[in-house]
Amino acid sequence: MNVSEVERREHYLNVNYGIRSWLLTTDHKRIAWLYLLSVTLFFFIGGFFATLIRLELLTPQGDLVQAETYNKLFTMHGVTMIFFFLIPSIPAVLGNFLVPMMIGARDLAFPRLNLASWYIFILGGAFTVMAAAAGGVDTGWTFYTPYSSIYSNTHVVLTVVGIFVTGFSSILTGLNFIVTIHKMRAPGMTWFRLPLFIWAHYATSIIFVLGTPVIAITLVLVALERIFRLGIFDPALGGDPVLFQHLFWFYSHPAVYIMVLPAMGVVSELIACFSRKRVFGYSVVAFASLGIAVIGFLVWGHHMFVSGQSVHAGMIFSLLSFLVAIPSAIKVFNWTATLYKGSISYDAPMLYALGFIGLFTIGGLTGLFLATLGIDVHVHDTYFVIAHFHYIMVGGSVMGYLGGIHFWWPKMTGRRYPEGWARLAALIIFIGFNLTFFPQFVLGYIGMPRRYHVYPPEFQVLNVMSTAGASILAVGYLLPLTYLIWSLRYGTVAGRNPWGARGLEWETPSPPPTENFERTPIVTEGAYAYEKAPEEISTVGRPAHV
Amino acid sequence: MNLGFPLFPEQASTMAARVDALFYFLVAVTVFFAALIFFMIVVFAVKYRRRSEDERPRPIEGNFWLEILWSAIPLGLTMVMFVWGAIIYFDIYNPPDDALEISVVGRQWMWKAQHPTGQSEINELHVPVGQAVKLTMTSEDVIHDVFLPAFRVKQDVLPGRYTTLWFQATKAGEYPLFCSQYCGTQHSGMVGRVVVLEPAEFEKWLSGGATGLSMIDQGASLFKRFGCETCHGAGGTSQGPSLAGLFGKTVKLQGGTTVTADENYIRESILDPRAKIVAGYQPIMPTFKGLVSEEGLLQLIAYIKSLEGAERKAAQK
Repeated sequence: MNVSEVERREHYLNVNYGIRSWLLTTDHKRIAWLYLLSVTLFFFIGGFFATLIRLELLTPQGDLVQAETYNKLFTMHGVTMIFFFLIPSIPAVLGNFLVPMMIGARDLAFPRLNLASWYIFILGGAFTVMAAAAGGVDTGWTFYTPYSSIYSNTHVVLTVVGIFVTGFSSILTGLNFIVTIHKMRAPGMTWFRLPLFIWAHYATSIIFVLGTPVIAITLVLVALERIFRLGIFDPALGGDPVLFQHLFWFYSHPAVYIMVLPAMGVVSELIACFSRKRVFGYSVVAFASLGIAVIGFLVWGHHMFVSGQSVHAGMIFSLLSFLVAIPSAIKVFNWTATLYKGSISYDAPMLYALGFIGLFTIGGLTGLFLATLGIDVHVHDTYFVIAHFHYIMVGGSVMGYLGGIHFWWPKMTGRRYPEGWARLAALIIFIGFNLTFFPQFVLGYIGMPRRYHVYPPEFQVLNVMSTAGASILAVGYLLPLTYLIWSLRYGTVAGRNPWGARGLEWETPSPPPTENFERTPIVTEGAYAYEKAPEEISTVGRPAHV
Repeated sequence: MNLGFPLFPEQASTMAARVDALFYFLVAVTVFFAALIFFMIVVFAVKYRRRSEDERPRPIEGNFWLEILWSAIPLGLTMVMFVWGAIIYFDIYNPPDDALEISVVGRQWMWKAQHPTGQSEINELHVPVGQAVKLTMTSEDVIHDVFLPAFRVKQDVLPGRYTTLWFQATKAGEYPLFCSQYCGTQHSGMVGRVVVLEPAEFEKWLSGGATGLSMIDQGASLFKRFGCETCHGAGGTSQGPSLAGLFGKTVKLQGGTTVTADENYIRESILDPRAKIVAGYQPIMPTFKGLVSEEGLLQLIAYIKSLEGAERKAAQK
């Protein structure tokens, strides 16, 4: 197939043109693009805040920005990255694009609701950007009371409204995925033939629907106390400040799994494709996702071991936190076992997937330190925690996201990115990431508290290492931005299935037609049938797998 | 090896070595498993690299016993971590009875401490080596946190209630004190130091620059000034329950419930007297909210605790 053929054939990108055709689209694939552009923008805004934080921390003195500005920087970095990049990234971009295609559906169950989700997301984002433009917010992304509800003089309400609104976008996306996965699977696509990407998104959707309302209500309560002085969290008004922490973490701990479960789903697809093997222990990996989603709701108190909650509550939360670590460990072992006797190639998506396993392993294992009560008391609220959750969220989620973007880029655009550059970028990100965050484990154990604008001079050397790593990381993130945009015009034509991958999304042309499949596929076997040659697996145009 | 900067924090309390031992155990387990995973990935990635485009490896569905094995081993190891960590945690938050008590009040953005003998200090804490010290802490505004890295202990300091932290220093010297719960603009300036002195030095420090009045005496004078004696005193009207010997006792409340008379109960009874009414008394006590400072409350509590001592002394005679 040559270039002109791609352009002549009608597909979802050229079916119609103009800004209206994008802003009023109900095609899940186009909505995925709307999300892709928005979350990329938020990622680089959040990255800009991170850059200033790392520059400030080059020296122990507060010489680049004022204390108040520094506090706003880390708050806006956290708020932007968590609520406007990490939470929507994989589900709203890759999930939106792939959930219908992987199960052989034409679209999500509620296409207009899907578009509404994006507008709600943008509306929430607009409030938060307004808050930033109006002077920012300085409470930390955790909004701990009574600082956030009474004492802070910054734009707490505006920010909180932004997050509240955006939450509805998550809830609606979750709802849409759950209904779609239940009701719209193609004939023969039984639950245990689903790709693990779908299982991961199903588990994530459950958290979206059950968890997000809790954070929404909690943030409304903060706003009510701030505006009307209702005594909910401030003891001076008769409230309880620790109540806020319970409510906040009841959502925000599961939110960590919102960020990492979809990445696990991506990694399962990548490992299978680039080692040409079925995922080892498919059903164990699938149930591990659900296990994480369920137990993840019962561990919130591990954020509060030093908050003054009872020692016995601390012990129960510690025990449950260890239990939630087991399914993650099982997944890592299964991915590793998938490589055994495989046929492994080192294309860029695979490099990201292997990077994910390495960094997620370190992130997960250091989580054990935090679940261990006697150690958490010492490292709580230090850079050890910062390092740990960046290993999970950046080392895990962002590596998974980038791996997925590279893997499905040919499907989304019809073109291939330059492989050499992509491998180089993956390598740079891996090195830059470790140099940025590994020293922070040491910083934390020697006692550097988080959210410190100025710090004792003995912490400087490790901070300089971290900032040096961050500049390498920045280069690593700018590279894909550049070559992926370049590839839209100059990339070689991808063809239907450039990776020799299995899965319904690869059986339709790249880019796919608006209706995804010319005829509804009929599925006769489970995911990851890599032992069969591509010719043995059918193509779109006649019923699949028959 | 001296790199010019520390890679490990100083060990200066009885808890430090215990926490570090557990830390080393976790480091060992973690390094082992991380190395195992990395080693397997590298070996597999090299050994099973794609040699020809036509390779179709035979599928492996999984292995039940392997799944059991790699679920059970991590489960067993994490349970060791859990129990070991819980024991240390329990000890970190259960101070010995003979601990030296010091009151700490945090506010944006400073630490105020008062010793039983009356000495006050700001952003410093003088303590003796070899003796358990218990901090009873509260905040005047937002949540703060006392973090003593060299002692491996930490506790949030909450407004509106008391939390406690204890440690026993093992080495004389100066150690950093950080606020580790984000508390606003000058959060990173809310730092101080713990000065650990030899017992003799500490006695000398206590007697130097003394303010004269102990916390109990200061509490007694507040007790008079606010007219608490009228209802709660020995020669009073007995409209309120007697406070002698109250501390640590179980109090019967209206409605049949009971409460232990600890610092938080006394604090609440002063600031919000109608929250818990003692059985047999009328809810007539006015609130002292806004009238008495956090330091004053701690002094009043010290005084009320001392009333127990007086009763015991009488009983001993």
